[in-house]
Parts: sequence; C-alpha cells; structure tokens
Amino acid sequence: MTNTTGKVFGVNGNMVTVTFEGDVSLNEVGYIQVGSQKLKSEVIRIRGNQAEMQVFEQTGGIGVGDTVEFTGELLAVTLGPGLLGQVYDGLQNPLPQLAEAAGFFLKRGLYLDAIDRDSSWEFTPKTEKGATVRAGDTIGTVPEGIFEHRVMVPFGLAGEWTVQSVVSKGTYKVTDTVCEIADAHGNTRSLTMLFEWPVKRAISVFEERYKPSEPMVTKVRMIDTFFPVARGGTYCIPGPFGAGKTVLQQITSRHAEVDIVIIAACGERAGEVVETLQEFPELTDPRTGRTLMERTVIICNTSSMPVASREASVYTAVTIAEYYRQMGLNVLLLADSTSRWAQAMREMSGRLEEIPGEEAFPAYLESVIASFYERAGVVRLKDGSMGSVTIGGTVSPAGGNFEEPVTQATLKVVGAFHGLSRDRSDARKYPAIHPLESWSKYPSAINDELVAYCRDILVRGNEVSQMMKVVGEEGTSLDDYILYQKSEFLDSVYLQQNSFDPIDGSVTIERQRHIFRILFDVLASEFDLHDKDSARNYFNQLRQIYLDYNTSEWESDAFGKNEKELKKLIDEKKKGYDPVAEDIRKRAGSAEG
Amino acid sequence: MKKVYSRIEEISGNVITVTADGVRYSELALVTSGHGKSLAEVIRLRGNKVSLQVYSGGRGVSTGDEVQFLGKPMQVSFSENLLGRIFDGSGRPRDKGPALEENLIEIGGPSVNPSKRIIPRNMIRTGIPMIDLFNTLVESQKLPIFSVSGEPYNELLSRIAMQAEVDLIILGGMGLKYDDFLFFRDTLEKGGAMDRTIFFVHTASDPVVECLMVPDISLAVAEKFALQGKRVLVLLTDMTNFADSLKEIAITMEQVPSNRGYPGDLYSQLAARYEKAVDFEGAGSITTLGVTSMPGDDVTHPVPDNTGYITEGQYYLRGGRIEPFGSLSRLKQMVNNTTRGDHRALMDGMIRLYANYKESVEKKSMGFRMSEWDQKLLRYGSLFEAKMMDLSVNIPLEEALDLGWQILAECFDPEETGMQSKLLTEFWPKNVERSSEQESA
Repeated sequence: MTNTTGKVFGVNGNMVTVTFEGDVSLNEVGYIQVGSQKLKSEVIRIRGNQAEMQVFEQTGGIGVGDTVEFTGELLAVTLGPGLLGQVYDGLQNPLPQLAEAAGFFLKRGLYLDAIDRDSSWEFTPKTEKGATVRAGDTIGTVPEGIFEHRVMVPFGLAGEWTVQSVVSKGTYKVTDTVCEIADAHGNTRSLTMLFEWPVKRAISVFEERYKPSEPMVTKVRMIDTFFPVARGGTYCIPGPFGAGKTVLQQITSRHAEVDIVIIAACGERAGEVVETLQEFPELTDPRTGRTLMERTVIICNTSSMPVASREASVYTAVTIAEYYRQMGLNVLLLADSTSRWAQAMREMSGRLEEIPGEEAFPAYLESVIASFYERAGVVRLKDGSMGSVTIGGTVSPAGGNFEEPVTQATLKVVGAFHGLSRDRSDARKYPAIHPLESWSKYPSAINDELVAYCRDILVRGNEVSQMMKVVGEEGTSLDDYILYQKSEFLDSVYLQQNSFDPIDGSVTIERQRHIFRILFDVLASEFDLHDKDSARNYFNQLRQIYLDYNTSEWESDAFGKNEKELKKLIDEKKKGYDPVAEDIRKRAGSAEG
Repeated sequence: MKKVYSRIEEISGNVITVTADGVRYSELALVTSGHGKSLAEVIRLRGNKVSLQVYSGGRGVSTGDEVQFLGKPMQVSFSENLLGRIFDGSGRPRDKGPALEENLIEIGGPSVNPSKRIIPRNMIRTGIPMIDLFNTLVESQKLPIFSVSGEPYNELLSRIAMQAEVDLIILGGMGLKYDDFLFFRDTLEKGGAMDRTIFFVHTASDPVVECLMVPDISLAVAEKFALQGKRVLVLLTDMTNFADSLKEIAITMEQVPSNRGYPGDLYSQLAARYEKAVDFEGAGSITTLGVTSMPGDDVTHPVPDNTGYITEGQYYLRGGRIEPFGSLSRLKQMVNNTTRGDHRALMDGMIRLYANYKESVEKKSMGFRMSEWDQKLLRYGSLFEAKMMDLSVNIPLEEALDLGWQILAECFDPEETGMQSKLLTEFWPKNVERSSEQESA
C-alpha cells in the first residue's frame, strides 16, 4: 500500500497541479484537503515530481501548499447486489441519500457509499470447500428483484484459487465474509458480496465474444424493421437540439426487450432526468410485472454538475453494465449525450495545454470513443450462459452538422446510425429518424430483402416528390404519382409512430411482422387507378384505416375488423404484383417456411 | 490585517499577475491604482504566481499598484432592501441609493441535487397570447429568446417583466446599451413594477469582467428569494454578450479556442447558469428567460447552438413577432391540459391553419390562382397576425382562447377547421359575421 502524499502547487480551473514524493500512478485517485473538506481528484498526467489532477468538484478555495493524499487506487466503482433501482452521480454517490444528508444542493466533498453497508441479502452458496475458482466464477447467488444476482470472485484476482470455506445458505450483510479462498502460495482472501473495479478497464473474464446477431427489440417500428439494433451491438443517435434524441432514448429505456437498462444522463438537462426519476417507479414493466425502476440504474451527471465527474459517469455506467452482463443478462446502456462527455475531455485537454485536434478536441478523441463503444458485446461466460451489453449513445453535434469530429468518430465504430432530422421533427414526424440517411449493419427481424424493397420505394418516392416541387402535380406521370403516394403511405403509417398512444407507442416484433405483410402488400401491388385524384383518395382511405389498425389492440376485434377492411380495400383495386416484389416474396416465403 | 503586495509583474488585458503566498483559488483581491479601487478575482495559481482578473479592467493599472487579498470569494448582499434597486456587475449601486453590505451571500454556488427536483406544474401567465396560448411559459423553465439585432427583444422582456404573474423580477443586463438600460428603468418605473424588481446591469461601456458576474449575481440572489418561497423570474439580456466576454477572457488567458474562438467549456458555462432554474419543493422557484442574439441570424452560431441544447425550448423573435414555427416551449404540455378544455386543440389547430396560410401566401407569390379555400386562409392569416401575434396584444389566456374561436369563426365553416366536433359544439361562437365571401367575390 502506498501512502504517497503531495502538496498543491497550482490551480487552473478544475485542474490542480500537485508536487509529490514517492510513487503515483496514472488515473490514481487522490484527495485534496481544503479546510475540513476532502476533494476527490484523479491523476491525469505526471511530469517529474508533479502530477496534474482533475478535481471532481468545484475548485474554489484551494490554495498552494494544501495537502494531497494519494490512495494508490484507480477510480473505481463498487459492485454488488443493490445497484438496481439506484440513482447515482457520475462517481457513484447515491443522489437521494446525498439529498437526505445535504438538502436541496449538492455539497462539495460529501461522498457516500454506493451500496448501503448495512443492507443484507439472502445468500445461497454455489460452490463448496475445496473447489477451484477463478476471477468471475460464481460463489453464490442472492435474489435481486427478479434476477439471480451472482456473487462472484473479484474480477481482478489472477490465477487459480481454492475455496477454503463458504457460508451456508442464510441472510448476510453485504460486508460479511461469505467465502474464503487461498492460492497455491498460501495467500488467502476473504470475499464479501462487494468488490471494486476500476471503471476505465473493461471487464474481460468471459470465454468468448460473439458477433451480435440477435435483434434487440425496441418496439419502435422504424428501428426494429428498418434500422435494427442487435443485442451486444452499438448504435448512435445524432441530432440537432429539439429533434427528439432524449425522448427517443426515454422511449427505448421503457420498451426495450432487455433485462436491465443503465441510463447515463451525461451533461444534459436535469429536468429530463427528473421525468425518468419520477415516472419509472410508477410504470410497470410488462415483461415482469414489476416497476421499471427495478430493472434500471440511473447515472446522472447533469450539465451543471462538475465536468470531471461527467467524464467519469459514462465509465461508471458501462462498468455496471458489464457487471450485470457477467450474470448472463442482457443489458442496455443508454448514454445521453456522448458529445458532452467528449466536451469534458476537450476541457481537460485544453487545461493540460495539449496540442488540439479538430475543433480543439484532443487527438485521442477517436480512440477513446472507439474503446468505449468496444465495451459493448455479446459474450459466452464460463458457465456457458450468454450475456450482452448493448450501447446506444446520443450525439449532439454543434449546429446539427454531422460532419463534426464526435459524430464522425462515433460513426466509425457503431453498427447502426439513427440520424435525427430537424425537418422531420419540425413537421412533427416522430420518431424523427431520417429514413434515407440512417443505416444499420445488423440483420432486421423482418426479411432483409423485403425491407430493402420498401426502402427502395422510399428513395424513389422521395425523388418523385423532389421533382414534383418543380414541375407540379400536373407534370408528374400517374405511375410516378402512385409511387410517391406509396412512399408517403409507408412514411405515415409505418415509419411514424405516436409514442403517446398506449397501443401505437410500443409495437411488439410479432405485431410488426404481422402488419408489415399488409404494408408490403400495398407497396408491392399494382393498382387499377385511372387518375391522380382517385389515387390520392384511395391512398388516403388506406392510410385512415391503417392508422386505426395501428391504434387497435393486438388481436382484438377492432384489429381484425380493420385488417379485413384493409385487405378488402386492397383487393378492390389490386391488379397484380410487381414482378420484382413477387420474386422477393417467394424467396422470403420459402426462407420462412 | 492582510498583507499588501505592491509589485505587479505582468499585466495582459484584464489579467494581472503578482507573486504572493497563502492565496486561495477564486479569492477576491482589491487592486488600488491611480484610477481608484477595483475588485479582482484569482483565476490561476502556479507556485507563488497568482493571476487575477481585474473587474474594472487592466487599462491604466501600473506595475507599482497595490494588491490586497481579501481572503473571501465574491459575495453579494441579500435582503429585502435589494428590491427596487439598481446595481452594477460587481454589486455596487448604480442608482443613488446606499451601498448594501449586510448579510453577504456567495455567488456561483453548487447545483441543485437532481433527485430533489420536481416535475414542473405551474404556468406563468404573461398576458401575451403567443406565449400563454401557443408556447406557455412554465415555472422553473429556462427559455432563450433567439433574435437578430434590431428586433424588439428588450421591449418584449420589459413587457413580460411588467405583466408576468410572479413575485419578483431580477433583470440581469449584460453589455446593455445605456439607452436600453434607461428604457428598462423608465418603463418599469412608469409601469409601477419597480418595487418588485432588482436590476443588475452591466452596460456596454463597463469593464468586460463585470459582464461575467451579472448572471451569477442575479441567480444567487434569485436562489435565496426562491428558497424563501418567492416565485422569481430572472430576465437575462443578452447572453451572447456574456459568451463574448467569456471568449475575451479565455483568449487573454491563452486558452485553446474551440469553435469560432469561444472556449471549449462554453456549454458548461452556459449550462451552469441556465440550470439554476428550479422549482423548490415546498418553497419558491426560479424561471429564466434569456435573450440570445444570433449574429447573422445564424442559429448554428456557437452561442444559440449551445443554448438550444441546454434550454427547454426557445422563442424566435422575428419581424417584431414571436414566430409560431420554430418557437417551442418544451414544458407546455405539462400545464396546458389543466387550463381549459379547448387549449391544446385550439393551439394545434390554429397553428396548422397558419401553416396552410403560409403555403397559400407562397403559392400566391408564385402567381398561382387562389382558390376559395386559399382566400379563406389569406383572410385568416392576416387576422391571426394582427390580433394574436402582435406583441402589443395584452389579454388573459381565457380571452385569447375566445379570440381564437372568434377569428376561426370569422373565416371558416366549423368543419373546415379540423377540430373535434365535441369542441366545436361547445366553443364555436354563434352569430359571427362572415365577410370573407363578399371580399373575395
């Protein structure tokens, strides 16, 4: 154990220069003593006997010569049962408990235990005396909500260990020793339900990493059908302000078909977090019948909270996500917004007087973003079970321009891109994901060829609509006009989705598959329409019924009735199939059957 | 007695450097020069070299001037005595009243714990239909007014100051033209709103560092009043000047600029101020309206752009009116369901028709034939602009809603409005003269 101490030499914003004696490591945590307060800081550069530290608090009042104690430990989070349902700041301090201790305002230098040391859990041993264990192996389980929370050998222990003793089934406090292990050299360790893990190191105690292929259903039609996200994959949502990034994240956090959701509110408005905070305990998760809060962890470092802990917050979040992945669960991490995190890096880089890259972001921006998203993945654990971490990050590009460094660095490493458009949000077309610019490399839950055919209609329909602006409706051929109507139909009944509607707001994949068939039927059919007025009227009728269809309960009478009406209306005017579509449909049919 | 240092080693812009011991970060010092005394704040420590930014500016400061450290950070007096008074960016009186020294509070305090925040629930009535009806202002909201220079944003702010249903107004002026300052003072005095107003005003001719203090001082005072149960409305004009002052200091300090010369922490700096808007459970609230002038009418300029990401919507002021498109109060749906049954539907319906009107205007300007429907829309548009959008209209929300129905009835048949029939039977005015047919005939 090191007991290095140092003295403050300089202060510049939230960066403090410290002169030290002894050894200090990079990313080590130290505490600056200011009066009666100890301010948590992290070493971010070492030069000779001077260390530069970023302070996770406001730096007012720090003076030259103030004492600094180094802990010898890297910035870490506490892992153990009881994380679910918590609301933490970027350094894993529980915010409700901070409020109990300090009132309305955050108090500098006040740090609390992430997990209440007095909490106790019903422990069931899963190992026995004499067994050989390694880092990440399960020694017992405790029931945390609906999940079986695995108490594991700390991920940092190297080599093989032998279990010396393990407690019998019963209720223990988190700090009680539940297992004792020893290695070949006779070193012993007492394990509790808690241990710490440095946030900036990825947890890698698994057997094998797989290519993400299973869809992660968000129940947003446009995403699941057209721009799918895979379990263990990554995606990003860039968009100008007001385009609905945060709302889309909120919807996803509610409806996504995963076991656990970690929300990292990173440098955004506090008001938005409050909505989640107040609503989640009230909302029921349809899959489990419990409140949504019981499957959620919120890491909340809003824009007015200290910048350095904003940088830490995304790492805190992803570490907790990886921890639950180790239990064979599917975890979704939503980071809003990664641009604020990048800006925090930029601020520190500026204070360190590093040579700036594009728009003054540090040169290592891309590699840092890449290594963050690389912490997503689907893995096979040692016991054969599978777990995954999916990461979805919003990006807030300056001026809504996707050419800026953070968006570009993110696009390089993610598997799906949901670009939001101001035009669509201004036109109140939600979700405002731009259907022509967005993309996904993951397979759709619906046949990819069918989806590609629909996208093609969208692209060609858009071309017609651009042309019509110049030549007017009169100058457009009837075929083109029908194509245009088809693309508008697709947009308004399938791509747009009313998140406030209890039925339309979340659409299961089963329902998506079902209603997609009728959509495809409309898009791929050739219709017996003689002029533009009749075409417009016909598609208006179709749209009206399809919208009612969307808002009627799955497999209810109304649903069946609407479906019948739609089919009848289609059959009335249908001449036949577009031959190309017919081919695709046959192939898709044979693949499915 | 604190030690006095009489050797200033470096003077660069508004920043001076002295050699001193025992100094703390953010501490204040008093710089005494031939031109008088000024406060200065410690902004960098490096060994025994202390850099300070001088509130009254570096101009005329001599290497031989005296610097005395005060051992405390910037503070401002807080009491009921502030009401009706006018101060500058350092908290010194600008009116002829006495200086206030009692009950000093620190400025730029810590942020509110997010878990103590509550969902906004109260509307603030302003008597301006474009706000009350279409983009309702909500207690604890933070909203900027995006506008080009030349637009009457200060007139708008002064009207809101006089009419808004709040307990207290704090007006923070940054880089204000002296004329505008006088305009605010005279308008509020004449309107009788002075006794519930506090001014912190930095004018364009004042030292630039004081401009940086204005939002912090205003919000620190607002926070104290809010904790005492007052509903405070903070009006800040113009936040672009604040950002420009940040830029000026950052460049002087040789910081690496990020975007168009602004420092990399512009977002955090703006957010730290705007996020002070809050509704304290069991006490008062702070609501913030700030003017953000857009250089070159460019919303992607760093200041409006960063602001847009922080605030909960925005008002666009264009052509002397609050634009219905683009303007957005993101919190309005939290309150407009409890005002009157027709509020939401009327709000959406009238804007939809106004959008149709804009299309007709476009068609007309391109020389297309105007159908009967176009004629109706044209008539509706001009009525809407004259009776609703004009900023001089001052009526309560309920009257504005009635007026909305009146305008619709003057122009359209009920079923042409696309409103639910339930609302039409309840609210559609009877016996309204329709003159559109005669005009277009």
